[in-house]
Amino acid sequence: MSTGRSVGSFDWALILLYLALISIGWLSIYSASYDATAETFFSLDNLHTKQLLWIGLGFVIIVFILFLDSKFFERFSSLIYVVSILSLILLFPLGKNINGATSWFALGSFTLQPSEFAKVATALALAKYLSDIQTNIKTLRDQLRAFLVIAIPALVIIPQPDPGSALVYAAFFFPLYREGIAAGYLILGASVVTLFVLTLLFSPLYIALGVATIAILLFLRNRKKRPAKFLYIGIVLACSLFTFSVNYIFENVFQQRHRDRFNIVLGKEADTQSIGYNTRQSEIAIGNGGWTGQGFLQGTQTTGKFVPEQDTDYIFSAVGEEWGFLGSGLVVVLFVLLILRIIQLSEKQKNEFSRIYGYSVAGIIFIHFAVNVGMVTGLMPTIGIPLPFFSYGGSGFWGFTILLFIFIKLDGNRVNEW
Amino acid sequence: MRKLLLLSVVLSTGLLFMGRLFYLQVYDTSATTLSENNAVKTIYTIPQRGRIYDRNGKLLVSNQSSYDLMVIPREIKPFDTISLSKLLNITPEKLKKELKRARNFSPVLPSPIVSTMSQDEYAYLGEQMRKYEGFFIQKRSLRDYQIDFGANFLGYIQEVHQGIINRDDYYKSGDLIGRQGVEEQYEEILRGVKGVEHFQKDRFSRVIGPYKEGDLDITAEEGKNIELTIDAELQKYGEQLMVNKRGGIVAIEPATGEILALVAAPNYDPALLVGRERSKNYTRLDADSISKPLFDRVLQGEYPPGSPFKALTSLIALQEGVIDTQDKVYCNGGYRYGGKKPLGCHHHKSPVQLISGIAYSCNSYFASTYRSTIDKYNTPQEGIEKWRSHLESFGLGNFMGYDLPTGRPGLIPSAKRYNRTYNYPTYHWGTTATISNAIGQGEVLMTPMQMVNFTAAIANRGWFYKPHIIKNITGADTIPSIYREKQMTTIDPQHFEPVIQGLNDVYNHGTASTLKIPGIEICGKTGTAENSIRINGKKAQLTDHSVFVAFAPKDNPKIAIAVFVENGYWGSRYGGRIASIMIEKYLKGEVTRKDLENWVLTHSLEEEYAKPLSGKPFPINDGKKISAKFLAEENQEL
Repeated sequence: MSTGRSVGSFDWALILLYLALISIGWLSIYSASYDATAETFFSLDNLHTKQLLWIGLGFVIIVFILFLDSKFFERFSSLIYVVSILSLILLFPLGKNINGATSWFALGSFTLQPSEFAKVATALALAKYLSDIQTNIKTLRDQLRAFLVIAIPALVIIPQPDPGSALVYAAFFFPLYREGIAAGYLILGASVVTLFVLTLLFSPLYIALGVATIAILLFLRNRKKRPAKFLYIGIVLACSLFTFSVNYIFENVFQQRHRDRFNIVLGKEADTQSIGYNTRQSEIAIGNGGWTGQGFLQGTQTTGKFVPEQDTDYIFSAVGEEWGFLGSGLVVVLFVLLILRIIQLSEKQKNEFSRIYGYSVAGIIFIHFAVNVGMVTGLMPTIGIPLPFFSYGGSGFWGFTILLFIFIKLDGNRVNEW
Repeated sequence: MRKLLLLSVVLSTGLLFMGRLFYLQVYDTSATTLSENNAVKTIYTIPQRGRIYDRNGKLLVSNQSSYDLMVIPREIKPFDTISLSKLLNITPEKLKKELKRARNFSPVLPSPIVSTMSQDEYAYLGEQMRKYEGFFIQKRSLRDYQIDFGANFLGYIQEVHQGIINRDDYYKSGDLIGRQGVEEQYEEILRGVKGVEHFQKDRFSRVIGPYKEGDLDITAEEGKNIELTIDAELQKYGEQLMVNKRGGIVAIEPATGEILALVAAPNYDPALLVGRERSKNYTRLDADSISKPLFDRVLQGEYPPGSPFKALTSLIALQEGVIDTQDKVYCNGGYRYGGKKPLGCHHHKSPVQLISGIAYSCNSYFASTYRSTIDKYNTPQEGIEKWRSHLESFGLGNFMGYDLPTGRPGLIPSAKRYNRTYNYPTYHWGTTATISNAIGQGEVLMTPMQMVNFTAAIANRGWFYKPHIIKNITGADTIPSIYREKQMTTIDPQHFEPVIQGLNDVYNHGTASTLKIPGIEICGKTGTAENSIRINGKKAQLTDHSVFVAFAPKDNPKIAIAVFVENGYWGSRYGGRIASIMIEKYLKGEVTRKDLENWVLTHSLEEEYAKPLSGKPFPINDGKKISAKFLAEENQEL
């Protein structure tokens, strides 16, 4: 068994997928921010030039990570976590407000978004906590502690307000589940989401009656097994309570813009001008791509800047328009391969910390991918989170790069763990 | 199991996205056109439409500027509807209706509110427009007619309709297209090529540069001017002569096939179909189901040719060698060919030979001649087919291929047709069943255009050029090649001389002896065509159509003419007179016989046309039989 360090021991499949994604991503930013009248390529007024700078600095960070001792991350994970939470809290007095959210530290003309790094810190902290020999995820006490590790950054991010970024913390359900949390949480989670959506589509009264009917039918069918009456009644009551309260929250706690976003996706409202505009333009741009796309810098919607936020959250629509079904399909395939490769490598980890961290990375990238592409293609409500490695932004790019390369580093060390 | 959750969620999400992308990009194509609308701005440059001149270089049709008030509904700011509707000279309700229509069409694309305003209306409106945001004035070019006649062959331009837009990529909604006449026939030459420039827009509708480096752009090309073969003076004169009459005059130059005049009566001022009143006027013309001004009787009217056909009967018989110019036929008031009533004839000297037969228009002579022609063959079927092939060589029984978009083929009956009519072979039919053909009265139908064409072929002694109205296309300096190919008839040249002599004698001492033109040797043939209509389902005979064909001079002919006057009674009465003075007008430039001219100008047939509509019984042909005494009285009038 080799004990030597060699570059060859890093997973090249992951690195190649990463390079492929950031290359396509950068070209898309180039298209989306392309301005025929711009003077020079190297002017930092161009978003694509800036992004190139972030990518270059990202490579420096990669080298740094790969040269650190692999035990560093496990050892310092708590510290990193605490620093990260503090940086989030410091946003409240010191942060800069951009587009209504106080999510950035401003350093001269550059801004840094700590929430992009908090994901990494949380993943490390969760991995550290769950891999501790004293932690038993089957116990309610440790479950609550694990939830707390996840919930603290999310709860700090929500009031910035940046609920989209907070949603990402749902990704940590995947490592928790992998490590043995009860399947009941999965059922509970799935039921909550299903009931939530159904409530928005139909009146809560119908939902409650429907749940009650199903419960009665099941009860009658299982009568001979003497089922627990109160369990059935409890579930029906819980569901009814939930659906009525969702309805109440939706109508009274949510703001109109949130309601609109859900209503458009659920097809209850057709609005192509105000709130649905982004999604509609994005769908038009993607649809305009056809099989093979309009060609690089040839997308009419992209060069005409019809899709708002196209260089950040809606970057995938530029891929769709200029590279067509073949190009955007390829990007979907690359993401799926990346995530599957991370899962596959995680399963190979002998070290519990590495495995949990790997699952967290896969989960985080997956949630971003699913929510972002879902939104851009009109399958999900408008939730503003970036597409990893694609969306413009230094913090986001570095956050994902650090997230991935810590895993590559941990995986590279797998062979000389023991 | 636990290992599979994320794995399966990732895979199914990937598949879901692939499906969604396939749906958006490949299956649902609506985005493609939608995006063309909002990201690409297309600017059209409509070139000036080509002008139309007559054969002498007289300008007939040019262009005038017209103005449309356009609106982009989304850009409208609140405004005073009352004052704007006053400016536009429309009611506020109408303005609101138009705005609603525009909004329904598209909130972001321009729609016309008021179309084709004149220069004066525009001048008044122009300076006020800045007060009304979202409205703008678009200039376009309309036809400006320098003449108030010739609408039937000029045609008109109108906004292109959806059917054509769907068929032809060139046209976009709101474009103008030529309809009818030379405007339709030479549309592509007259319109030129519309310039198209594409620009890439951004989301604020600002142009940010050319689209696809201008690869799809088209440079505008001016419409070409065209010169017609029409002689505007002659055309105008012909239309004046046809006032209060229905029918048509068509004159061509035999040596070239050029159409000198194409008069359809009643006609209308071409300027009626220009501008704001266009559709109202068109509806009015179209709704006139009695005089049918939009029905071009010269090109679309199919009539029995009547006696002028006898010239063809003669030529075919000569070519077939079944008669000699010296053969005599006795006419005793009609041709008897069986148990039935004879084919009647009017009073004239008897016996007749070929030349006098034509001059006196003797029915018996031609019935006999026709019968010999058909009976030369073993079966009447064979004979009819041979007869038909001769006639077809004169351009009869088919669309002639002239350069106007309307027309009718006429009819030269085939053996097959008679077989069907008489239920052959169960029943047989003989030549006598078709005997009316001999005098142009049976199944034979021709348009006046076809009549003038065979007249020209006779004048040329056996050939013709396809009649055409195009004389020259500026820049091209040529006309379509089919009008430069000599069409040969199946009749040998030597057979024409006796027939032409007969046609000349029509004027010398025949049915048109009072219509000679001083100093010009003229050849012609009268025709009196029986006709009938159905009134309340009952067949009713009407006063005969007056038909006349002529050419002049006899040698080296310059003009061939066919005149057709509905219910004008016998051939020389209207047709002959009109033909005679038209020829004089063309050859001499003026009409010396003012009394004759006056007679035509002052006589109206409106009363005659009103008869079948009166609901009362009415006599036809003035209740008189044509007799020598009657004709003499009639001519006394002059």
